[in-house]
Amino acid sequence: MKQTLLIERFGTIALVGGLGFFALSVVIFAVIPVALMKEVKMVTIEEISQHVLPDFRDLAERYPEQFKKYFGEASPKTYAEALRLGRDVYIGEACWHCHSQFIRPVSNEDLRFGRVSYAGEHQTELQMPPLFGTRRVGPDLIREAGRHANDWQAAHLWEPKDVVSTSVMPSFKWFFDKPADPNGVPQPNKRGLALITYLQWLGSWAEPLDPPILPELASAKPAEAAPAKAETKVEAAPARKPQPATTNPYE
Amino acid sequence: MNDQPLVDQKLVKYHFVAGMVYLMVALMAGFLFALQFLQHYPHSGVEWLSPGRIRMIHTNAVAYGFLLNCLLAGAYWAVPRLSGHPVWSRFVSWFLFWAIQAIVIFTVFGILFGPTLGYKWGIQHWLQAQAIEWGETPILIDPVVVVGLILIAINFMRPIIKGADKPLYVSLWYFSAGFIWTILNYVMGNYIPEFYTPGASGAAIAGLFIHDLVGLFVTPLGWGLMYYFVPVIMKRPIWSHAVSLIGFWGLAFFYPLNGVHHFLYSTIPMFAQYSAVVATVGVEVVVMTVFINFVATIRQQGGMLSTSLPIRWMFTGIVFYMITCMQCAYQVLLTTQQIIHFTDWVVGHAHLVMFGVFGFWILGMITELWPRLVDRPWHSRTLNTWHYWLSMIGTITMFIDLMAAGLVQGFSWRSLQPWEESVVASVPFWLFRSFAGTMIFVGQILFVYNMWRTARAPAPAAAAQPVTGLGAQPA
Repeated sequence: MKQTLLIERFGTIALVGGLGFFALSVVIFAVIPVALMKEVKMVTIEEISQHVLPDFRDLAERYPEQFKKYFGEASPKTYAEALRLGRDVYIGEACWHCHSQFIRPVSNEDLRFGRVSYAGEHQTELQMPPLFGTRRVGPDLIREAGRHANDWQAAHLWEPKDVVSTSVMPSFKWFFDKPADPNGVPQPNKRGLALITYLQWLGSWAEPLDPPILPELASAKPAEAAPAKAETKVEAAPARKPQPATTNPYE
Repeated sequence: MNDQPLVDQKLVKYHFVAGMVYLMVALMAGFLFALQFLQHYPHSGVEWLSPGRIRMIHTNAVAYGFLLNCLLAGAYWAVPRLSGHPVWSRFVSWFLFWAIQAIVIFTVFGILFGPTLGYKWGIQHWLQAQAIEWGETPILIDPVVVVGLILIAINFMRPIIKGADKPLYVSLWYFSAGFIWTILNYVMGNYIPEFYTPGASGAAIAGLFIHDLVGLFVTPLGWGLMYYFVPVIMKRPIWSHAVSLIGFWGLAFFYPLNGVHHFLYSTIPMFAQYSAVVATVGVEVVVMTVFINFVATIRQQGGMLSTSLPIRWMFTGIVFYMITCMQCAYQVLLTTQQIIHFTDWVVGHAHLVMFGVFGFWILGMITELWPRLVDRPWHSRTLNTWHYWLSMIGTITMFIDLMAAGLVQGFSWRSLQPWEESVVASVPFWLFRSFAGTMIFVGQILFVYNMWRTARAPAPAAAAQPVTGLGAQPA
């Protein structure tokens, strides 16, 4: 009678193959990376929302009635709410299936999109689960902040083809309220405002069109590294407090 | 317990029917999504039919509707025959059947209506798709899926353990390990990145999940069934038992180490990325042994490729498997990744694996088993032949077309042309892809029609002629 080898037995297959090899993969690809990333603190939505970006205040000015109706006023609390909802809309509408959120150091991606991605920028509560993406039908979005104005974003979400004629992106008309006046312009509703807020946040910590990175620039005082768009809106964002040099939460 | 038949044929039949229904849904969704790429989406502006949501219906209906149902059908047919014992419980089997359909329908509901209703009810994050690729099953239903997977494992482990006093056949190695892996993988992929690890480390785990779902659930079940059906239909033993051992243990060791290759050049620690690349090349070497084993088996009686449609399906799938694996060993290299990552190349690869390999194996199994399950000969052999050729030509066309599209996109991006140029350049490929997809769709419609006509045919007068050549008879 044929002898059964150890590696043909159920116990070996279940314990070594089923549990053991899987555990090995978890150690190499989960436990060690998590341990390595431990040094990089995770930034919570509450921490992020302490720095209300000018774009959010701009939305409040641009769509005053809609903004007041859905968010009240631009404050860290409402900013956190908008970011969280915007992220959920981004997931639910499968934006992440056609737009990635990381810049690779190859294929001239830094020239096209901006600074190459670094670990700290993904270490946030809004990247839980991570939205790296695996396909780019449209461009990467991790440097989207400030690329386009809020009203461009709104027009683009209403009907992408109106803005980029060759676009294959779907239109998202349900992010807008029908105007009471039949000739009026549709205004973004809560989901629309939240999604625009989220998009304008993506990469707000790293200027999109910066030349390749100078580490000292990234850790400089926000006042010195302040993006141009913030300066033009100084009066709109008086509440922005100068931050100590070491508190850039994404670094 | 003792009055339980060895195989519950009705259950096998129900699982196959459910699987084919979801395949139709998935093809419809894929076809609709393809139209979006041609700027001709018919339901533009309809919220619940938004193309993004439809895309997730396509993948989830394939994974959890078509593949899960049909692979389980095959397992319900093969495991009791191989172990000599029925599955754990008939009640649990039927409960699982309805639970799976409920889960898939809930998933479809969550993906289509979760962003709308969930927003209204304030539970959007829990009711809509979860942001884990291939794991879009809403977070609300994930616990139910885990319980279901554990029950599936127990249901099949019982006959396997009972029969373990004799040497276990190859298929049962794959099933044993596959059911354990699937539970672990599902828990890991759906919970850890969602609740514990953000960013790069979370992506490493999500990458493992994406790949393990293919490699540690679909692949082991698929190969397990091939190791059963090919020898049984051919009435020949598998060519080499020793080579099967290498194939199984090589897959078990290397496959779990592959996942991170979905995020190369990302912020995941580089040691993990390099390990994943090496392990991926490793798994392709191992897979070659399995391929050789099957080709050597089928070669003993190569004429069956023209006489037996099921063997033709299975052999084609095995050849496609070899192609995807060779392609994978090449496309995973960091140099290749610079161009092809994020492009349609990967989409082509996924279609060849999921439909060209596992889909073909399943369709081969249905072609073999359906006449026995409904106790009538096939309504039309011609339709089945059309089904094969339309599917085969459609799949290989789509694969080559998307591969070429991927190269065009990758080089367009690298040359820093405006982004829109890459979209414009892709449109002819997307148009061609839609035709290839339509061929596949038409093939499946013919097959479903044939299945329906066969099942609805008048009862055979006197079991006309032996329809197929499967060895074992149901008890």
